[in-house]
Amino acid sequence: MNTAALTAQPVASPHAHGGNSVTRTMFRVQMALVPATLYGFWLFGWPSFFLWLLTILSCLGFEALSLKMMGVTRIKRTLFDGSALLTGWLLAMTLPPWAPWWVAVVGGFIAIVIGKQVFGGVGQNVFNPAMVARVALLVSFPVPLTMWVSPLPLTSLAAPDFIDGLRIFLTSLPQPDAMASASLLGHTKTELSRGIDLFHSLAGEHAPVLSWIGARSGSLGESASLLILAGGLYLVGVGIISWHTPAAVLAGLAIPAAIGHSVDPAHYLSVSAHLLSGAAMLGAFFIATDYVTSPNTTSGQIVFGLGIGFLTWVIRTYGGYPEGMAFAVLLMNALTPVIDRFIKPRILGRDRKGKPLDIPEGKEA
Amino acid sequence: MSESYGKLMKDGLWENNVVFAQLLAMCPTMAVTTSGTNGLGMGLATTAVLVVSNILVSMIRHTVSSQVRIPVFVVLIATLVTVVDMAMNAWLHELYKVLGLFIALIVVNCAILGRAEAYAVKNGVAASAVDGLAMGLGFTGALTFIGLIREFLGSGTLFAQASNLLGPSFAFLEMKLPGYGGALLMILPPGGFAILGFLLAGKRVMERRLEERAAQKAELAAA
Repeated sequence: MNTAALTAQPVASPHAHGGNSVTRTMFRVQMALVPATLYGFWLFGWPSFFLWLLTILSCLGFEALSLKMMGVTRIKRTLFDGSALLTGWLLAMTLPPWAPWWVAVVGGFIAIVIGKQVFGGVGQNVFNPAMVARVALLVSFPVPLTMWVSPLPLTSLAAPDFIDGLRIFLTSLPQPDAMASASLLGHTKTELSRGIDLFHSLAGEHAPVLSWIGARSGSLGESASLLILAGGLYLVGVGIISWHTPAAVLAGLAIPAAIGHSVDPAHYLSVSAHLLSGAAMLGAFFIATDYVTSPNTTSGQIVFGLGIGFLTWVIRTYGGYPEGMAFAVLLMNALTPVIDRFIKPRILGRDRKGKPLDIPEGKEA
Repeated sequence: MSESYGKLMKDGLWENNVVFAQLLAMCPTMAVTTSGTNGLGMGLATTAVLVVSNILVSMIRHTVSSQVRIPVFVVLIATLVTVVDMAMNAWLHELYKVLGLFIALIVVNCAILGRAEAYAVKNGVAASAVDGLAMGLGFTGALTFIGLIREFLGSGTLFAQASNLLGPSFAFLEMKLPGYGGALLMILPPGGFAILGFLLAGKRVMERRLEERAAQKAELAAA
């Protein structure tokens, strides 16, 4: 809640302010999301844009409402620090692009009110708000949340124009079967349960290589894995996030996937399919790296990331849902205090065990 | 006993509500409030047990020594619950099938032993009966309210299958929101916790507003 403490100018001399602020960090993360989002708009057309817009607006709206109810005086300052906007943006990236309007509104309510403000606002939440909303929506409304459309680039003839897009968004018209499609993970899970192995189910439109250019059905944040990866690398480059968490998440997902695939390629998806499908990239770079809900130390972050990756693989492979990134993130969020308890940052002037450092005699000033 | 019956009723229904103030009996509160009818049925069964157990405990309070009182109370309550359990199985069989195990679990409902310990063992028969009734009705009200909200959000109905509990003449209570699929999460335990949390917050806000208003009035009167 106390964003002022993060932005206030220090008064005493040995402290220097890095010039960073919540707003600036959030802005940079949003910049990193822009390419993938724009590409997603082009792939899925106007309905996906309306969904993105309303999700963000609903997050901002519920944030303002909560702040007002809690009696915060400087609502605008907290409202526009970019955190609610980013939560909405991330949530929109994980939703089916043609989801109806009420999914956005309910999602905003769950993310901001139940996921964030109930715990006390910015920096106080135990769980990642966007993932709380994603999971709550998936559990509550399984049908609209698993209706994926095939990509219809804006320039193609079949793509809905502005008005049609609005109509799809507001009335959730039943989509023609030709447009509805399953995401890669969902498709392979269904086919496996019908006894069709991966060699057959992955032919044609679900060839994993298509995910490099994103021309396949999925959420905004799923389609263009490469653009998400590029955005994530930009964040690592400018120092917003460290490389530990994303690398650990991807490793935690890739290692069991590689073992499984080498043992039985007919039943276990390959490493590239795992890394480029679903929310793997988005989760690794944008969700798991959330400052608030991940451990403080780098070694803690590695444990946290490996846990997310491994749990994602387990849920994808053996679980009831085709995608498990959101569940894995929430489970590891719950474990974050435990990780922080066992892996503590070193106290200044003391060693890891908490004993004072040996300061040689005579060197003290 | 100096307390008036009105004060007892107010305590049970609002100030010291089993669910909303004492936060007792969370197990049935979470488990059976998936619909208004279930909440109402469970609440009424608990109320019946609570009233009779309070009366009996109050009647024997001078003869039972304090060293053995807890086992005696538990045996009493267990007997009553068994009677209610069998009665519901006989006359409200449909509802019994839904509530199932939770009827038998009224035995370990901390609200009942709690009232026996906290009130009935220290007070007369009539006052204990009123206390049991007030607490039971407060519990029933809370369960029905939570149940209605969860039912409405989760499956878009109100008092579904109320005729199972209250008889066919109450079928008019059953309502259904057409074209609403329902948010499954509200029927599941997380929805119950979320709803209870919002209701608790709402109750506290309401009480604070009432206090403020009372304080303002007192100030005005003093001025």
